[in-house]
Amino acid sequence: MRNTAIVFTLISVMILLMQLAHSCQSTYDIKTMQYVTNGEKVYRAHCQNCHGAQGEGLGKLYPPLTDPDYLKHNWDLLPRIVRFGLKDTILVSNQHFSEVMPGIPELTDVDIAYVLTYVTIRFGDAKERYTLEEVKKSLSSHSTK
Amino acid sequence: MPTNRGKRAIKWSSLYVILGICLASCDQATSTLPIYGHREPVERNVDGKTVIDTIYQTIPDFNFINQDSATLTQAFFDDKIYVANFFFTHCPSICPTMQRNMLKIYQEYKGDDRIAFLSHSIDFKYDQPHILKAYATKLGVDNDQWQFVNGSKADIYGISEKYLVYTAEDTNAPGGYDHQGYLVLIDKDRRIRGAYDGTDDEQVSKLQADLKILLKEQNPGS
Repeated sequence: MRNTAIVFTLISVMILLMQLAHSCQSTYDIKTMQYVTNGEKVYRAHCQNCHGAQGEGLGKLYPPLTDPDYLKHNWDLLPRIVRFGLKDTILVSNQHFSEVMPGIPELTDVDIAYVLTYVTIRFGDAKERYTLEEVKKSLSSHSTK
Repeated sequence: MPTNRGKRAIKWSSLYVILGICLASCDQATSTLPIYGHREPVERNVDGKTVIDTIYQTIPDFNFINQDSATLTQAFFDDKIYVANFFFTHCPSICPTMQRNMLKIYQEYKGDDRIAFLSHSIDFKYDQPHILKAYATKLGVDNDQWQFVNGSKADIYGISEKYLVYTAEDTNAPGGYDHQGYLVLIDKDRRIRGAYDGTDDEQVSKLQADLKILLKEQNPGS
């Protein structure tokens, strides 16, 4: 009777340990996690004021950054929005937003890659980081603006 | 089974907890908010005796234009306590966070006519009533409990001093204006009872707690 109890306990402890080990294992590689960490710093300094600590936005003034479809469909446009700002009316989470967003020219290419990685992974449902090459490509396609 | 000693420990600790709760609630019931600003003692003669009254700093009369292009004066806030701040609609720095927090409190007290809100725009050039109206609507303000006002530079900057809030036109500041993000709590007698950093979550929680104290003080029996 006692033996069975001990065996049971051991087995459950092992299952628990395996679950823990699994949950600790990140689905992202180290470089992506570095981008997320750095991106959070950029986000707190430059974006959080308007877009909120959880990317929730503010009323109909500032759009939320939590609409995965918007992020996906405008993937290539995102670096240009960060650097040059936005004047167009956009549709995010079934809501129209028409306030002008100022660009943030002081952010470097890699800063933009950091912050977009943070936003698309933490607030959206992206699985991979926003690479520096993608940022450069996006910016070069419209650098005369 | 708890031992006798264990039982005694539980008894004592529960007694302490109850005592603690009593003390905390007593404390809350008796606490009042300070009155800020300069004050002056004045002597008065009552039935041949000299008594000393204190005159506190108060918000002076004002006359601004609100988001509905109507005149707004101190009369709107008669018999109300209110929270005031200074902002501008295209402020890229502290305003969004400050207004996000003010909105939280507005939503908490929406429909409660004992309390109102007043945002002064310090961008007297750009923030015309229709701009303020669009801003208020998009922020989620859909009644007159939260007023957004614009006035002459002298009037707005002058009154900010009375609220003990720093405001200035500054080409080096983000957006062109420099200002403090205080949410200032004003009582029914137009006295300043608190000032809270509208960008700091802890201070905003303090404002929410102090509002309850002030409402109780100024609305006895309700």
